[in-house]
Amino acid sequence: MTKTINLTLKVWRQPSTESKGGFETYHASDISTDMSFLEMLDVVNEKLTMDGKEPIAFDHDCREGICGQCGSVVNGRAHGPEKGTTLCQLHMRHFSDGDTIAIEPFRARAFKVLKDLMVDRSALDKVIQAGGYVSVNTGGTPDANAIPISKEIADKAMDAAACIGCGACVAACPNASAMLFVSAKVSQLALLPQGRPEAARRVTAMVRTMDRMGFGNCSNERECEAECPKEISITNIARMNREFFKAGFFSAVK
Amino acid sequence: MHLDAKIPGGPLAEKWDRHKFELKLINPANKRKFEIIVVGTGLAGGSAAASLAELGYNVKSYCIQDTPRRAHSIAAQGGINASKNYQNDADSDRRLFYDTIKGGDFRAREANVYRLAQVSGNIIDQCVAQGVPFAREYGGLLANRSFGGAQVSRTFYARGQTGQQLLLGAYSALSRQIAAGKVQMFTRREMVDLVLVNGQARGIVVRNLITGDIETHTGDAVVLCTGGYANVFFLSTNAMACNVTASYRAYMKGAMFANPCFTQIHPTCIPVHGTYQSKLTLMSESLRNDGRVWVPKNAGDKRSPDQIPETERDYFLERKYPSFGNLVPRDVASRNAKEQCDQGKGVGETGLAVYLDFRDAINRDGKDVIAQKYGNLFQMYEKITADNPYEKPMMIYPAVHYTMGGLWVDYNLMSTIPGLFVLGEANFSDHGANRLGASALMQGLADGYFVIPYTIGGYFAGAKLPKVSADQTEFTIAAKEADIRTKRLLSINGKRTVDDIHRELGNILWNYCGMARNDAGLTKARTLIQSLRSEFWENVRVPGSDKDINQSLERAGRVADFLEFSELMVVDALTRRESCGGHFNEAFQTEENEARRDDENFCHVAAWEYAGEGKDPVFHKEPLVFENVKLTQRSYK
Repeated sequence: MTKTINLTLKVWRQPSTESKGGFETYHASDISTDMSFLEMLDVVNEKLTMDGKEPIAFDHDCREGICGQCGSVVNGRAHGPEKGTTLCQLHMRHFSDGDTIAIEPFRARAFKVLKDLMVDRSALDKVIQAGGYVSVNTGGTPDANAIPISKEIADKAMDAAACIGCGACVAACPNASAMLFVSAKVSQLALLPQGRPEAARRVTAMVRTMDRMGFGNCSNERECEAECPKEISITNIARMNREFFKAGFFSAVK
Repeated sequence: MHLDAKIPGGPLAEKWDRHKFELKLINPANKRKFEIIVVGTGLAGGSAAASLAELGYNVKSYCIQDTPRRAHSIAAQGGINASKNYQNDADSDRRLFYDTIKGGDFRAREANVYRLAQVSGNIIDQCVAQGVPFAREYGGLLANRSFGGAQVSRTFYARGQTGQQLLLGAYSALSRQIAAGKVQMFTRREMVDLVLVNGQARGIVVRNLITGDIETHTGDAVVLCTGGYANVFFLSTNAMACNVTASYRAYMKGAMFANPCFTQIHPTCIPVHGTYQSKLTLMSESLRNDGRVWVPKNAGDKRSPDQIPETERDYFLERKYPSFGNLVPRDVASRNAKEQCDQGKGVGETGLAVYLDFRDAINRDGKDVIAQKYGNLFQMYEKITADNPYEKPMMIYPAVHYTMGGLWVDYNLMSTIPGLFVLGEANFSDHGANRLGASALMQGLADGYFVIPYTIGGYFAGAKLPKVSADQTEFTIAAKEADIRTKRLLSINGKRTVDDIHRELGNILWNYCGMARNDAGLTKARTLIQSLRSEFWENVRVPGSDKDINQSLERAGRVADFLEFSELMVVDALTRRESCGGHFNEAFQTEENEARRDDENFCHVAAWEYAGEGKDPVFHKEPLVFENVKLTQRSYK
């Protein structure tokens, strides 16, 4: 049933990349438990605006858990306490009256803070640009049913492809590693016959770019899998490692 | 002004082939001399930018988000249509064409829709080749499901995330071209104006959303793929940043706006639950394959659904439309839900909801099968409402979802401004007065992968394009105007927030220009919009500065344009003296409360020309000629 709660927020405020940031305290009163977390922040921002203060900058767009643009660390956890949930789909019914909530940006060497809770995740795009595709031009492709793909393989590829590129895995990892993100794309394309011709080249290029962008390495902490809003499995990391070694030992790719 | 749709001659099925042959070509070495601006990176923009770059053109791509993988195409759940006839159920290009024309209530162009059906199969081939993991059968071949408005099974899907997978496919193709240096990517840029030189579209003005700088960019053609305007209603299923600004600014520069009153209200959305609400969430139409829509037979029945026996339930869609049942097109399903609620039979706390019940499907197929098909949708529903749809029927209510209207384009997808092309939801071309489910993804990708790569060459081959530079006055003036507008928004410092005013605008439109419209309401809406617009410019408060990340300022610019555009919508609705598809004027209905078209007087596209500030827009008509289908009263009974 709907009810209202009062909260204390400790929000990371940082005017720009270069400036120093810090926590500010705000009170969020009469918050309906049916609100989403971002709607709660909207309410706080409306009040800040009317009080003549600058609203909190945060990234968001679809607000239905699929675009991957939102994301903050809430009480120490990327996208907050609910498993398999993006911040926009986290609802206030999971908090209690009187709670104090700390909200800060995703932190990683490869993600610089732009303002308040907004970060620059373009390093993830760079990794995809290194090889996260099948090199086919538009047109001239064979009939879609020309190559049968077993349902199990198609399902596994889909499990990996569900990644929304939000960067929570990086924020959750003590090494700020992007292995879950990278392995999801590597796995999707390595599993499918369409992706096999370039598999060795792809994994090599993507892993090297990932390292170059300043992401850390995987030390099997499994935090990424725990916080991933799409519950992408770390099996994908194992698959990527296998693909990577295979490419190194058995392919012509250097 | 005469609107020439440039529809090729010859029989319907041969028009596109013939046109492709007749279009002049640009030789590969010359393609690299052209620079194309593509605004937006949804399905239409992403696929267009990638395909044009593959051909050798130099492309500049712009998006409002932090990366070109996030545009709202990503949220499309259910699927994409194609006339592959893999199911051997008598599908064909002609049937997909006919379903789309009929679904659009005979207000779309035959030639465009037929071409859409013709290339639909290529889209599936293309996406599979890119590694899009469509759902498959155990034999390894692609699976299909059914969608509203069709009696064949032609919808391809990737769980409940079809839009995401198709968009990531286009994004991967785009990423490959970025890496190849053929696409220059500009993220976090919002287009705020179009620049014409000698009457041709030659560039854009964008605001850099990080630095706040107003930037100008030049090109030989501009391709707008900036989506629809559903957010004019404040609450819609669109992403928060979706807006009409790029389209409206192009309209102000001379591109005609077609059929703005054709808006789609989607029947299966999670009902509104509070005034603080920022957006609505769609539950895929695919749910209507297995879910049964019902309300209690007796008005005011407040028992919980499991206490209401079968005999006291009214499965109103199955009762009224026995041949299509729960799979009637969206406009019909939405209007019927509203009708039931207006009679006091609505359910839930607000009485503005109907049930979508999976009980019978779960009993028939088992919970596992239903979870396989809709698991992620059920989970999403539970996250938002805290109700478990496996145990309790979903509650749904219609919400604004898509806009069929858009910038007018000819068969080549070029607007009335030479060199300005418009693709995807931003144009008006293929869905008439109502779009069928799983057709938006099809149209966006058809436009981007398979139409623009051909037609833009035809334009370049025949156009004189002198060199332009960002230093010339057309660009400096446009940039200056954008800067003045931004500063003006910041200087008002009134007493109402941007969202507050936007919410009021949304209420006006939902009440008077929503699912059912009438002349008195529309006339009132026009006055209300005008006074709200004046209030906005006197009393809005936009905090912060322009040379900074300023999300309030971004929203203010969008709402300012919505306040202008909404009036055009209302004017269009008042002018169309008939009901068709998403436009339902209560004065024009059959005895059974279905939309009554007036084919004698309104079988046309209404294209509006901007006449200047404070002046009424000028009406132009493109008559629709139907040579291959017979116009009938749309019936799904």
